[in-house]
Amino acid sequence: MTDVRADIFDLGRRENERERVEAENRRLEQERKKIARDGPKLKGEKLASRLDATWRRPPGIIGWLASVDHKEIGRRYMLTALAFLVLGGVLALAMRVQLAQPDSALISAERYNQLFTMHGSTMMFLFAVPVMEGVAVYIIPLMVGTRSTAFPRLNAFSYFMYLFGGLMLWIAFALNIAPDMGWFAYTPLSGPQFSPGKRADVWAQMITFTEVSALAAAVVLVCTILKARAPGMTLSRMPLFAWAMLVQAVMIIFAMPAIALCSSMLISDRTLGTNFYNAAEHGDALLWQHLFWFFGHPEVYIIFIPATGFVSEITATFCRRPIFAHAVVVLALISTGILAFGLWVHHMFATGLPRVGYSFFTAASMSVSIPTGLQIFCWLATIWDGRPRFQVPMLYVVGFIITFVIGGLSGVMVAAVPLDLQLHDTYFVVAHFHYVLIGGAVFPLLAAFTYWYPKITGRMMDETLGKISFWLVFLGFHLTFFPMHWSGMLGMPRRVYTYPAGLGLEVPNLLSTVGAFVLAAALGLFVINGLVSLYRGVIAGPNPWGAPTLEWLTSSPPPVYNFAHIPVVESDTPLWDSADGEYPVVTGLRVDQKETLLTTVVAAAPDTREPIPQASLWPFISAIAVGIVFVASIFSPWAVAVGVIPCFIALTAWFWPKELKRHPEPVIT
Amino acid sequence: MMPRSFARAAVLPLLLGGCAYQRYQSDFGAAGVEDRQFLTLFWIFLGVCAFMYALVIIFLGAGIARSRRAAEANVVETGRHHRSHPLMRPTLIGWAALIGVGLAGLAIASFFTDRSMAAAAANEKLSVTVTGNQWWWDIVYNSGDASKTLRTANELHLPVGVPTRIILNSADVIHSFWVPSLAGKQDLIPGRENDIIIVPKTTGMFRGQCAEFCGVQHAHMSLVVVVESYPDFVKWWSHQLQPAPMPTTPLAMAGYKYVTTGPCSACHSIGGTTAGGLVAPDLTHLASRRSLGAGTLPMNEGNLYGWVEDPQSLKPGVHMPTIGLEPDQLHAVVAYLETLK
Repeated sequence: MTDVRADIFDLGRRENERERVEAENRRLEQERKKIARDGPKLKGEKLASRLDATWRRPPGIIGWLASVDHKEIGRRYMLTALAFLVLGGVLALAMRVQLAQPDSALISAERYNQLFTMHGSTMMFLFAVPVMEGVAVYIIPLMVGTRSTAFPRLNAFSYFMYLFGGLMLWIAFALNIAPDMGWFAYTPLSGPQFSPGKRADVWAQMITFTEVSALAAAVVLVCTILKARAPGMTLSRMPLFAWAMLVQAVMIIFAMPAIALCSSMLISDRTLGTNFYNAAEHGDALLWQHLFWFFGHPEVYIIFIPATGFVSEITATFCRRPIFAHAVVVLALISTGILAFGLWVHHMFATGLPRVGYSFFTAASMSVSIPTGLQIFCWLATIWDGRPRFQVPMLYVVGFIITFVIGGLSGVMVAAVPLDLQLHDTYFVVAHFHYVLIGGAVFPLLAAFTYWYPKITGRMMDETLGKISFWLVFLGFHLTFFPMHWSGMLGMPRRVYTYPAGLGLEVPNLLSTVGAFVLAAALGLFVINGLVSLYRGVIAGPNPWGAPTLEWLTSSPPPVYNFAHIPVVESDTPLWDSADGEYPVVTGLRVDQKETLLTTVVAAAPDTREPIPQASLWPFISAIAVGIVFVASIFSPWAVAVGVIPCFIALTAWFWPKELKRHPEPVIT
Repeated sequence: MMPRSFARAAVLPLLLGGCAYQRYQSDFGAAGVEDRQFLTLFWIFLGVCAFMYALVIIFLGAGIARSRRAAEANVVETGRHHRSHPLMRPTLIGWAALIGVGLAGLAIASFFTDRSMAAAAANEKLSVTVTGNQWWWDIVYNSGDASKTLRTANELHLPVGVPTRIILNSADVIHSFWVPSLAGKQDLIPGRENDIIIVPKTTGMFRGQCAEFCGVQHAHMSLVVVVESYPDFVKWWSHQLQPAPMPTTPLAMAGYKYVTTGPCSACHSIGGTTAGGLVAPDLTHLASRRSLGAGTLPMNEGNLYGWVEDPQSLKPGVHMPTIGLEPDQLHAVVAYLETLK
């Protein structure tokens, strides 16, 4: 009986509840009508000024530090990375001066060891990976047609972590406590016994900064690419650069934990007295190499894959047709990303591991050239079947193919154990990976800078200066690095601060030094071109190259909210497929609050409205708090225990939930 | 003391004795079975890679030349209406197959080279233990007979044609044993034992060098390898087994006393004397060796003076300290060391 009565009461209660909800919905309906949204009634100038007021960050230095605008963060990323490129390049020139002649005594052994350690660490961790992330953080939201990255505050945090890590390393260099054990920091040389002092700790903590930063940026990019694409941009229509960044960011998420683990174990060995890498106490020196290269090899592809994205975008635009076999390129990117995790032992062929295992890693290392070979074919086929215009970005693409393929083929050579045992750790390998990294990543990066410069600044880079610097870069590069194949074959090991006369090394080394200065001058010319064109460049307009992707739909430079209306995509080259210059859009997003549209992962159907957080100082303050812990833990492990408290406070303030107002608007269903 | 740059410049011509540098420290040396196999495989790889590269460049060049003619038709092909040459898709498949076949061929060639190197290594006749130290090589010729076990440093003698197993250890950090003219490299890792088998094929003098970065003086951790006929090798071994002779001149005698009782003996050992330190190179037949400081300087009186007086200026960071000998002590020590033939 009681049960039935309870049910009756309950029914009555539900009835009341339903009425209450309906009343509330009616009220919300009324309120909803008052909300300003973009659409037929609100467009043009009026919409632009209202969106601008909503999206603009506070002015001044506080506003600068608090900014969560992906374009501002992307620009900072790129400029900071370029500054580190210049610093790393100066170190390279210093090394080349020292090696210009045998038995040179210009630079001491100790200083030279710091130079190549700083050069490698700066170029890998502070230039190559961050610059790719910087371009992506700027371009990807525009390219996929949204107003912001996912997690914009995390994005700001990631930049500050990167900046602080870089500053720490370079301040340490200025204070003469820079690392001197190589960017690979092999144990036990980097361990407490053979690297007393703080040099190795500085290196390991710089790694911690950059890995936190890279992981944060990777999460931001994956979520932006998968969830914030414009409606209709299905995965099969997604631009190849977005695909490349998706693969790269997922690789970062899998690769970085390995180095987080091994560098933490190194710090633990050094400051807490553990013995992970100490063979005398049943640790293992080779453990470091396995963990380091499990990260270190994918790292090369983390740098290279975004570059292939640049090449695909630029080739399509300048050949005025879509890339041949889009699906093959996507599959090649994904399979490269997977295979990259199965190759790490090819850095360890001389360590005496079992030979059967070596055969497997030889085969795996060689097989990674299949997807890369297919991508090269697709670009060449696009050139063949297209109508290429050889403006500066396309020249770099041609230079990239000519150069990178040499690096790829010498990579096939060092994948074979019997060849690697001779070539490993010689200048042949130095030549190989500079062909891959400069030819394969920096050439496309210079192309990408020239290509997107008008989008970012509103002006074109000077074409003549650009062509001159291209030819100098191309010639300077080959003059620097081609002779290194030769010096390696003549028996010159890597990481030596000098070499004796009489081994036949004088000529190739002198050529390399001359080439290095040509290359540096060429890059200087590129930078000068970039600076001068800021003021003198031709006004670009929204789409100066006649490109097909969405970032060229909006003005140059883009407004702070990117798009007045979120575009709708109906093909994989949307800007080429509109017959009348009219592009379909979605309307109805709020203009009184920062808001963007999320879509479904595969089909990119409208999914939900996403509020975008306001500018906030807390990511900056959190980065400072975390940075202090990282730096202080170099000196005392207790810093971790104590420093958790300010980090906790800063992060709590960052994530403090706003009062939950019942939003008058439902999600789109 | 000789000026440093002059001393250095004098190393190689002295060591080379007229032999061409391409063979001295070079992958093209072809003085050992392994390096010869390496060279064969290298040329095969280079040929295949050059062929593939030529295909890419021809395709690129032809594409550029062809497209330039078509560039007049200033048309954008839309995403929906673009056309590829009908042969492009089969060509892509053919290209993939070509890469696959090429790689399979190279992988098989590599595998068989690796196997044949392992097979050549099967019947070793001589065993030498090399221990890497910052920044010198400790060398022990192993023998079942303890009286024939020989300890020396930085100069490896090998009999031509005899497969020699070199057992590789490290006393501190990771090093890599590499004599390019003879064979590929192999790492010396603390807590592990590696080995490499070398079968020298031509007599002569070769230079090896540490190939894994091992600290400040990594660049000056080299090794002289003398490949000689079997009788010469046996003669060398039996000579090296002799204890150091007692000095005959008063000056050398004073040096002998200083070296065997002074700070030198804490680190160095000299056979037949009380000097028994094991953390630095054995000096029993120092003066018979061709170089000083693990290949930093050629062995001669001037460099001996320089090295004993101030090793830190010749090889900065070396673990041998600059002791600050009085001039008469220096003369005596060098006079004694010169008797260690």
